[in-house]
Amino acid sequence: MGEVVRLSDVAKVYTMGEERVEALKGVSFSVSSGEFVSIMGASGSGKSTCMNIIGCLDVPSSGAYLLDGVNVGELSNNELAEIRNRKLGFVFQGFNLLARTTARENVELPLVYGRVPAVQRKARALAALARVGLTGRESHFPNQLSGGQQQRVAIARALVNEPAIILADEPTGNLDSRTTVEIMSIFQELNSQGITIIMVTHEPEVAAFTGRSIIFRDGLVVSDNTSQAQVAASAGKERAL
Amino acid sequence: MSTFLQSLLIAVRALRVNKMRALLTMLGIIIGIAAVIAMVAIGAGASKMISDQISSIGSNLLLVIPGSMTSGGMRSGSGSSQTLTYDDAKAIKAECPSVAEVAPTVRGSGQVVYGNQNWSTALNGVTPEIIVVRDWTLVSGRNISQSDVDGATKNCLLGQTVADNLFGAVDPVGKIIRIKKIPFTVIGLLGRKGQSPQGQDQDDVIYVPLRTAQRKLLGSQFPNAVNAMMVQASGADVLKKAEEEVTALLNQRHRIGPSREVDYTIRNLSEILAVSEQSSKVMALLLGAVASISLVVGGIGIMNIMLVSVTERTREIGIRIAIGAKRRDILLQFLTEAVLLTTCGGIIGMLLGVAGARLIATLVGWPTLVSLDTIVVAFGFSAGVGVFFGFYPARKAASLNPIEALRYE
Repeated sequence: MGEVVRLSDVAKVYTMGEERVEALKGVSFSVSSGEFVSIMGASGSGKSTCMNIIGCLDVPSSGAYLLDGVNVGELSNNELAEIRNRKLGFVFQGFNLLARTTARENVELPLVYGRVPAVQRKARALAALARVGLTGRESHFPNQLSGGQQQRVAIARALVNEPAIILADEPTGNLDSRTTVEIMSIFQELNSQGITIIMVTHEPEVAAFTGRSIIFRDGLVVSDNTSQAQVAASAGKERAL
Repeated sequence: MSTFLQSLLIAVRALRVNKMRALLTMLGIIIGIAAVIAMVAIGAGASKMISDQISSIGSNLLLVIPGSMTSGGMRSGSGSSQTLTYDDAKAIKAECPSVAEVAPTVRGSGQVVYGNQNWSTALNGVTPEIIVVRDWTLVSGRNISQSDVDGATKNCLLGQTVADNLFGAVDPVGKIIRIKKIPFTVIGLLGRKGQSPQGQDQDDVIYVPLRTAQRKLLGSQFPNAVNAMMVQASGADVLKKAEEEVTALLNQRHRIGPSREVDYTIRNLSEILAVSEQSSKVMALLLGAVASISLVVGGIGIMNIMLVSVTERTREIGIRIAIGAKRRDILLQFLTEAVLLTTCGGIIGMLLGVAGARLIATLVGWPTLVSLDTIVVAFGFSAGVGVFFGFYPARKAASLNPIEALRYE
């Protein structure tokens, strides 16, 4: 399987006035196509910074980040926007749907910025909503949907452009345990269909659904554990079934 | 195109969410555009009235009047001398190449009677050229002919005011009226001209053949003298040249030299009126300028609200950027919103402005003129205000850091 993400000695330094904050101090790992990876760590461990870099919302201060073989550090703002649009799908903790905009229109949004014609947009948005089990809710507004349903709309929005990776930032942080299982099984389902997923979480139970856990502490990777997580993942899959 | 349409749709939706706010924001532009249109309409109306009056006098005109008369060491006013003659007029017509027509007149006044009606009016002795030079129309009958002038016939043309007072609604042509107790046949009725720039009723006049006036009606000790000559140049560009030619010819005919004072005056009528037209145009410009200040104030209101809107929607902007919106997309979105606000305001303001101009015209009686130019310029201006004042907030939105924007509560 090909590498989708490769970070080589990535560091990120923020300067806030006089103070220098080293958020990442040289991180290297790679993610292959089809993997389901969780990134864990306490707050301030650098996991969010790492996600922002993987998500092309931020660029490394030093080191290289290759997404699908492309060195992201060399790209312009417009090219980064295009990469976010074509190769990445975002799922956030707070759902981040546009208010007063129907589920279908929310899902269509990446296609709008990808300049996809309206007719195709509609068909693809409906297909994506069907994949997360929201057929029949296309014209609901976010405030008419439950938290779990809203997050599923967000997942459909992340899916709709057939991205190389889905990036999820604490996707279950605002959900109760039952809905958490529901959302995680959707992620597992998508992963079993071959979609690469990278997920930030601080809950071990959620991480247990994934095939691989990378643990951050003080801007460094301290653990990258595949075997144990895979056992947990298969257990999670059974539980979901 | 579809990108633009998309931004338009997003903008319409964003404005619909906050209808009241959108309306209040637009109010500045509405008032500004309405004020500009109404003010410019008033200015243009005034300027049109003046230029209409100018053309009611006739175009490219020089007025030649005799100089003052000195008798017994006392000088009378300008125009009192009797040195200008019908022969001078004929000579100017024949010898000055830049002159198209010459209309000599003698002026007087008197009482006219028809049936049991009577009226006091201006009696002018004229030649056929008066119709062309003064730009008169004939609504019925015929003009005074050269043979009327040469034969000193007792025919006359009536102005509308005179006809109204003597005949009411009846067509006066063919009727006999008495002018200073002498019977005259009405051969034609002049079209309505209205007020002169000096406020005189130009229709309160009777025209009789020049010779008739000189010999029978306004008898004078100089039977060949005329009171004024209207000289029409063959074009606006040769007006100055015509003036020079007439001056040269009259100087020669009147033997003006070191021992003899100039005994006539030439006035350029068009020039005098052009000045007053100019001043009314300046007035219109001033009114428009004052009104556009309110437009600028309205634009600042738009900028203010757009800045608030950008702050409120920081998170939405963050989402859009994360999903793949380019800076340009965000800029276009907010710019479209601002321009939509101002053009909607512009259209409403335009309607109000046109209605206001009509209202002023009917209530106050000032002439107003709304031209297509004004409307197009006002519309373009309102869109321009949107782009100008919308640009800063839109750029602020487009330059937001997506990571911080997504975290914004």
